Order: sequence, then structure tokens, then C-alpha cells
Amino acid sequence: MAGVRRGVPFGVAVFAIAVSFGVLARPVMGPVAPIVMSVIVFSGAAQFGSLAVLKAGGGVGAAIAAGILLNARYLAMGLALAPSLRGRAISRAAFGLTVVDASWAAASKGDGTFDRWYLVGVTAPQYVGWVLGTIVGVFAGRAVGDPQALGLDALFPAFFVALLLAEVRGRRRLAAAGGGAGIALTLTPLLPAGLPILAAAAAAVAVARSRS
Amino acid sequence: MTAVWVTIGALALATAALKLAGPLVLGGRGLPVSAMGVIELLASALLAALVAVETFGKGRSLTLDARALGVAFAAVALLRRAPMMVAVLGAAVVAGLARLVF
Repeated sequence: MAGVRRGVPFGVAVFAIAVSFGVLARPVMGPVAPIVMSVIVFSGAAQFGSLAVLKAGGGVGAAIAAGILLNARYLAMGLALAPSLRGRAISRAAFGLTVVDASWAAASKGDGTFDRWYLVGVTAPQYVGWVLGTIVGVFAGRAVGDPQALGLDALFPAFFVALLLAEVRGRRRLAAAGGGAGIALTLTPLLPAGLPILAAAAAAVAVARSRS
Repeated sequence: MTAVWVTIGALALATAALKLAGPLVLGGRGLPVSAMGVIELLASALLAALVAVETFGKGRSLTLDARALGVAFAAVALLRRAPMMVAVLGAAVVAGLARLVF
């Protein structure tokens, strides 16, 4: 339950982001598909990313590739989480599926291990917020108006700033963050969307290898 | 419309596979100490990368627009211990106002 309490503010912020997704997705996907997508994909980065490709007429393959690359970080997060999950495969899988950025970061104990029930607790309000927000966005879209004019595209990065600032404590994490941002920005013009974010993991490796 | 549903189905499966690969393959086995050191720093690196790309990225180019002002507001508000809701929703308000003015 401590996790759920921690997750409520995330859930509220995620709700607002999901409203903007629903507003943006409706003209491209119709009313039902964005809601189904939020229920079964449940990932802001992949949903916004693939929507942008579909909207630009980029085709199914490109939309799927963008979504997968934007979520490739979950592979790294899952590998990090794995040693903290015990028990049978089905139970490990169930906990593994609840990973989203905010809860993964919040459930990290800081020594490389994770509190798995805390993880589930922090995710729950975000799932509710994400699905409800999408529904509101889809059906209230016309009343909301132009999402860009309202600054809704700033919601998503601002949410990740909140996650980042809660995480960056001490010189080494600050160095990893600075390095990660630098790598991602440098590679953005060179690689397909998503890969620059995954490549930022190299900054964590570099800082971990340096001694001081 | 088929394109939309194929995309949704594929991304649902792919996202689940990405999340499940680690827990299913590694199981409860421990990682070497050196890997734990990387994991401890991984969130900082990945989250900072997401912030940077979502703030300055526009397709495959970089740009400076109203989002940066909104995100800067959120960062300052959070450092001054404002509640997350105020910081995140404030970012949208600031970005929206900036677009009105400029």
C-alpha cells in the first residue's frame, strides 16, 4: 500500500499525459483503438512514437519499429529487476510486466535490488490514470482544443524530469545523467528514434567503471 | 484502420516481450557485483536521455521550442520542492503561454 500512495501523484500526472494522447490519437486512430492501445500497450513513449509515425504516413513497419525501439529500455530495466524476482516463472513474469519507468525507479533500493510489491503498488495508479486519461482525451478532444497550443507536449518531458530529479542523488548519478543526456542528443540526428535513448545506457557503464 | 490494429497488437506483444526477457531468462539468479554498479546508475542515464530527447527532439533533428521553457519551469519548481502535479501541469501552462506570446 505504501507503493500505491507513492504512485498516486504519478497517476495524476500520467492521467494528464494520457488525455493529450487521446486527443492526438483520435483523428488518426478513431475512438476505440487509442483506448485499446492504452489498455494493452500501456507505454507513453511507444504510443506517442508510433502515433507520430502513423500520422506522418510512415507505414505499419516503421510505426512498430519506432515503438519497439522507444521501449527497448525496458529490456535493460527487466535485466536489472530480474535478480530481485524469485519464485516460479509465472510469478516472475507477472511482476516483470508491471514495470514502467516511474515505478521501476521508485522501487529501486539504491543497491541494485528492487522491492517487487512496491513496484506493483506504484504502477497501479498509473495504469488507472493512463487508461482513464485516454478515454477522456478521446471523447473530450474537441472541447480540449489544439494540444500544442495548450502546451500539452511539455507534459511528457516534464513528467520524466520529475522522475529524474527524484533519482539523481550524488556525483556518480549526476555524471551518468549528464552523460546519458549528452549521448542521446548527440545520436538523435544519426539514429532512428529510440536507439539514442538505449545507447545512453553506455553512460551508466562508463561511470560504473570509473573509480571515483 | 488495419494498419492501426496491427501496430497496436505488435507493440503490445513486443513491449511485453521486452519487459519479460530479463525476469524469465535470468530468473532469480544474482548478477555479478560489477553489473549491480551499472544498474544503480542506469535509471539516471536512461531518464536523462528521455528528458533530453522529449524536450529537444523533433523527429531526427534537435530544436529549441516552447517545450524547453515548460520543462525548465518543471525542473525549477521541483527543485524548490513544489508538488509533482504543480510542476508537471505548470510545464504545460508555461509552454502554452510561451506559444501565445511568441
